[in-house]
Amino acid sequence: MYDVIIIGAGPAGLSAATTSANEGLNVLVIDEYMKAGGRLLGQLYEEPDGTYWNGIKESNHLYEQARRSGAEIKLRNSVHNIEKSGDVWLVYTERATYETSHLLLATGAAESPLPVPGWTLPGVMSVGAAQVMTNVHRVKPGKRGVIIGVNPLAAVIASELQMAGVEVAALTLPQMNGLNEEAANPKQVMNQLLHVAHMAPSALIRQGSKWMKPSIMQQLGITFYPKSGFKMWGIPVHLRKAVTEILGDEKVAAVKLATVKPNGDVIEGTEEIITCDFVCIAGGLYPLTELAAVAGCPFYLVEELGGYVPLHNERMETALDGLYVAGNITGIEGAKIAIAQGVTAGLTMASNHGVPGLEARIDQSIKEIEHTRDSAPFHFHPDVKKGKQIVQEKWEEMMKAEQPL
Amino acid sequence: MSERITNHPVLGPIDMKKEVSFIFNGKIYKGYEGESIAAALLANNIRTLRYHEESGSPRGIYCNIGHCFECRVTVNEKQGQRACLTPLKEGMAIQSSGMLPTPVKEWRETYV
Ligand SMILES: Cc1cc2nc3c(=O)[nH]c(=O)nc-3n(C[C@H](O)[C@H](O)[C@H](O)COP(=O)(O)OP(=O)(O)OC[C@H]3O[C@@H](n4cnc5c(N)ncnc54)[C@H](O)[C@@H]3O)c2cc1C
Ligand code: FES
Repeated sequence: MYDVIIIGAGPAGLSAATTSANEGLNVLVIDEYMKAGGRLLGQLYEEPDGTYWNGIKESNHLYEQARRSGAEIKLRNSVHNIEKSGDVWLVYTERATYETSHLLLATGAAESPLPVPGWTLPGVMSVGAAQVMTNVHRVKPGKRGVIIGVNPLAAVIASELQMAGVEVAALTLPQMNGLNEEAANPKQVMNQLLHVAHMAPSALIRQGSKWMKPSIMQQLGITFYPKSGFKMWGIPVHLRKAVTEILGDEKVAAVKLATVKPNGDVIEGTEEIITCDFVCIAGGLYPLTELAAVAGCPFYLVEELGGYVPLHNERMETALDGLYVAGNITGIEGAKIAIAQGVTAGLTMASNHGVPGLEARIDQSIKEIEHTRDSAPFHFHPDVKKGKQIVQEKWEEMMKAEQPL
Repeated sequence: MSERITNHPVLGPIDMKKEVSFIFNGKIYKGYEGESIAAALLANNIRTLRYHEESGSPRGIYCNIGHCFECRVTVNEKQGQRACLTPLKEGMAIQSSGMLPTPVKEWRETYV
């Protein structure tokens, strides 16, 4: 029997583990991946102050901290079910069933698929898969890739591929099919990209870029070129063209590109072939909430947060006694915010477990989340703060409805 | 075609790890101990991990982090192991699952 079990050894789970173990709680962290760090492992970008955010280093640091605090960390074990029995949460894993008083879900996010004809061919992978191959395993996903989907994550990972010596032939839209309307609309996509353009990924790429002439757009690393789109950090970004098919026999050999109207319709006869040996699908991120759903948490759909999120309060408590959430399960944001949320969850669990005198620190940690959000270099969704507001309002409505008159 | 990134402008040189041998579909390959089976195979230029159970179409990794189950292989006779989550060990015997691959396809995958 543990005081705390945390599912997910990403930035949120690890920081929650350190925080609660430092308050004297008996903590177990479970993660199915081979390494601790979650999706932080693959991250690599340049901060506004010129230093690098190196996900591997940051992950190691968080992992060591958690270990030193006394938390037990079990990797390579998947949790497939959770259930409340009396006052105890049961955590069913591939290897054993564990019991705990406080259960934190820090399962992070997953990538939305973006079906394109030919997308099951070997060599087609999610953009996050290419990131992990390149930065964590240090194996090139291929020599020359095309990225389908133009969004902040796609742009950041395109630059990471370039840094590692992998050619990115193009960033293009998926063909509009009603399901992916937002992802395929050139105007909306352009607006989104402007939010990440200042994060020039690497001085190498910025300075090495031949297209730089002084203008605001170019300071951002963006150059327009007639009709078809623009270049960002030297990579052609097509906002008038969409991939209509991925071609290849046993594996990816090329993609078929066609010009689309501003509303996304394909213009007949404009098809061209771009050769490549891998294709990345960048469909965007959504919170990975299955376990919260299995447990019976109330949910609310908040587009600004990337999808359905379990209702929770500022202290990271869900509507279910002893069940907490932190990190991207509460909405898609960067790793620093996940770390800050983990601290709040850790303190709340310790306080609920009977550690006295934590209220001031909990309040402070909640302010710290806000502060981290305000100073984030970019947001996955520009209106993330509005999304957080909605969750707060829905939580309060639910609490009011539950109170006896 | 695919290759290891031994030197990276920001991440620096690759960690020196222990080289191990493993078997994939009856052929011997080399990889690094503890890296994922998926990474070791890609470094050996192998993208096809299994054949779809019904259509027989080739499949490779998709998510690389354990979510999609596209990368299922048989490892030391244990079926349904996710290649992207399983660390490589010396002497591992890995087999594509699904419809049996034809030798010609495999030969092309490796040599053409
Ligand atoms: C593919 C991908 C790429 C990303 N790239 C960036 C980026 O470049 N920059 C950026 O700022 N943000 C990026 N993000 C956003 C990222 O989610 C956050 O930055 C941050 O990592 C979230 O932290 P977390 O602790 O909430 O979750 P994560 O870091 O996702 O960690 C969750 C952990 O939970 C584990 N887990 C989940 N379910 C189970 C289960 N059932 N059983 C056992 N273990 C489980 C996972 O293996 C994982 O290790 C990316 C997200 C994804 C999915
Ligand atoms: S590639 Fe998705 S589970 Fe392995």
